[in-house]
Amino acid sequence: MAKVVLKLGDDISTDIIYPGRFMATVLPTETPQYAFADHAEFNARLKKGEIPPGSVIVAGKNFGCGSSREQAASCLKGPDLVVAAKHFARIFLQNSINLGLRTVICPDLEAEEGDELEITADKVINKTSGKSFDIVPLPKARQAIIDAGGLIPYTRQRVLAGKK
Amino acid sequence: MGMTMVEKILARATGQAAVKAGDVVEPKVDLAMSHENAALVLNQFLEIYKDTGLEAKVWDPSKIAIIFDHRVPAESSKTATNQKKVREFVAAQGIAKFHDIRGDEGGICHQILPENGYVRPGYVVVGTDSHTTSHGALGAFAFGIGATEMASVWALGSVLNVEVPGTIKVVARGKFPKHVLPKDFILHLIGKISAEGANFKVIEYHGEAFEKMPTSGRLTVCNMSVEAGATSGIVPPDAETLRYLKEVAGVRETVAVFGPDPDAVYDQVIEIDVSKLEPQIACPHTVDNVKPIGEVAGKPIQQIVIGSCTNGRLDDIEVAAKILKGKKVARNVRMLVFPASGRIFREAMAKGYISTLMEAGALVANSGCGPCLGVHQGALGDGEAALSTTNRNFKGRMGNPNAEVYLCSPAVAAASALTGVITDPRKGG
Repeated sequence: MAKVVLKLGDDISTDIIYPGRFMATVLPTETPQYAFADHAEFNARLKKGEIPPGSVIVAGKNFGCGSSREQAASCLKGPDLVVAAKHFARIFLQNSINLGLRTVICPDLEAEEGDELEITADKVINKTSGKSFDIVPLPKARQAIIDAGGLIPYTRQRVLAGKK
Repeated sequence: MGMTMVEKILARATGQAAVKAGDVVEPKVDLAMSHENAALVLNQFLEIYKDTGLEAKVWDPSKIAIIFDHRVPAESSKTATNQKKVREFVAAQGIAKFHDIRGDEGGICHQILPENGYVRPGYVVVGTDSHTTSHGALGAFAFGIGATEMASVWALGSVLNVEVPGTIKVVARGKFPKHVLPKDFILHLIGKISAEGANFKVIEYHGEAFEKMPTSGRLTVCNMSVEAGATSGIVPPDAETLRYLKEVAGVRETVAVFGPDPDAVYDQVIEIDVSKLEPQIACPHTVDNVKPIGEVAGKPIQQIVIGSCTNGRLDDIEVAAKILKGKKVARNVRMLVFPASGRIFREAMAKGYISTLMEAGALVANSGCGPCLGVHQGALGDGEAALSTTNRNFKGRMGNPNAEVYLCSPAVAAASALTGVITDPRKGG
C-alpha cells in the first residue's frame, strides 16, 4: 500500500521536476534535495524525511517532457518515490528505467492526494475510492534492463561478457 | 515494403537489409555528444567498470564529442570543478572532438557539430541533450538520451534496445512570406499537433519550403521537433546539405545522400501551406500554446533574447541587425544576444551586425546557452515577461517560476525590442 503524496497535471516538464538552475549538481546522491524545488511545500516535506519510500506522485499526460537531464529521474529515485502518470515523455521514461525509478503508465488513473493505492503487476487499485485502473506495460525493448536492475548492471554484464 | 529515412539509417547501422517501425534494434553509434553533463556521464561510465577488473576505456575516442556550452564561463566553483574533471577525462581518453571555452572553436553543441562537419547524412547521432534532434537537419538520425544511457554508449559503442520509431511525414508547400521564418513554421506545427503529438515518432520534413530552406533553418525546425514529443526530426539530405557540408563545414570527401523510398509507410501525413503562415508566438507555459501574433501583439516585455541552439545562427543575427539598424532598443526592455558559436560571433562582427546591434542598445554576450535554461545569465525578475527565440517556455525555465517566457522568431524579437511590446515585424516598426 502506498499513499499519493502529490498530484500534478499534464505536461510536467523537467524544469518543474528539477529546475535548470540546480543542474551543476549532477550526482544521484546529491540531486534529491532539489526535487520539485519550486514547489516549496513538497520539497520541504521531502527534505525533512516526511515522505516515506514508495509514496506515489500522480500526474497526467507527458510527465517529464523537455530536457534530457537525468537529475529529474535521480532526484525522485533517491527518496524511492513512484510516479504514476497517464503517460511519460520518452527520454524521462528511459532515464527512469535506466536508474531503476519506478514508473507506472496508467492512462485512466483517478486518484487524489491522500488516497491509498495498491500497485500490482497490471493494475492500480485505489483503495480509497474502490476503483481499479489498468497499467500499460513498460516498453518491451527495455525489459532486459529492468530485469538486470538498471542500465549500469546491464552494461557491466555486457562489458564483462566481452560483447562489444 | 519501402523504408522511411530513419528505417534506412537504422538498417545500415545494424547491418540489416531492412528494418521496420516497432523492431527492436541496437544501432552502432557514429557520433556521441555531451556537454557539461559529461561530468555525470563519466561518473556513470566509471561505475560500469567498478570492480570488474577491466580498464575503463571508451569504445572509440574519435566518435565522442564534448562541448562546453551550458554554463560558460563557469558560473560557480561546482561547475568549474565539473568542467575540470571532464577536461582531465578528455585528455586521458584521447577524445578528439572536444570544444572548450574558447573564442576560436567554442560554442553551442548543436552549432559546433554541424559547422565542424562532425555530422553526416545517414549517421546515428546520440547526445545527452534533448535538442540533439537538431542534427536531423543534415539527414542524420539524431536523438537525445540520458547520461547513464550515454555511459553505456561510451562503453559499448551502440545504443541498446532502440525501438524503430514510426514516422510522421510533414509536407511544407509554398514560399515563406516576408518576415515569416522557419521558427514560425515549427511553432505552428507544434501548436497544431501538440507537445505530445509526435511522442516516440520521427518527423520527416518534405516539400518546396524545405527544398529552398538553408541548413540553418532546417536546424531550427529539427531542433524544436522534440517540443512536439518527437524522438527526432529529419530532412532528407539534398544539394543544400552537400553545399553546407562543403562550403560551411569544410568537408572534402564525397558524401552520399539518399532519401526515403517512394513507397515508405508513414503513420500520418500532414500538409502545411507556408505561404499562409503568420508570425507565431508560443505563450506561457507550454511550447504548444501557440497563437498567431495578432492575438498577443501589444503584450509588454522586459527582456528580449536572441540566440540559442534554435536561433543563434548568422542569418538569425542578420535578420535582427537589419530590423534594428539605425534604431534604438526601447528603454524599458533589455535585449540580450548570444551568437551560437565563436565562429558565428566573428562572422557577425565581420559583417557589422554586432556593431549594429550594440549601437541599437543590445547586449551581445559570449556564445553559449545563456539564459535559455535559467542556469547562468539573464534570469527574469518576479512578474517579468521575456520574448525569446529559444525553444522552451516552461514555468521556471528562464530562472524564475514567477515569470513568463514567450517564444518567437528573430524577426519578431527584433521588432519587439524597438517597442517594448510584442510587435508584428510585418508592420514596420
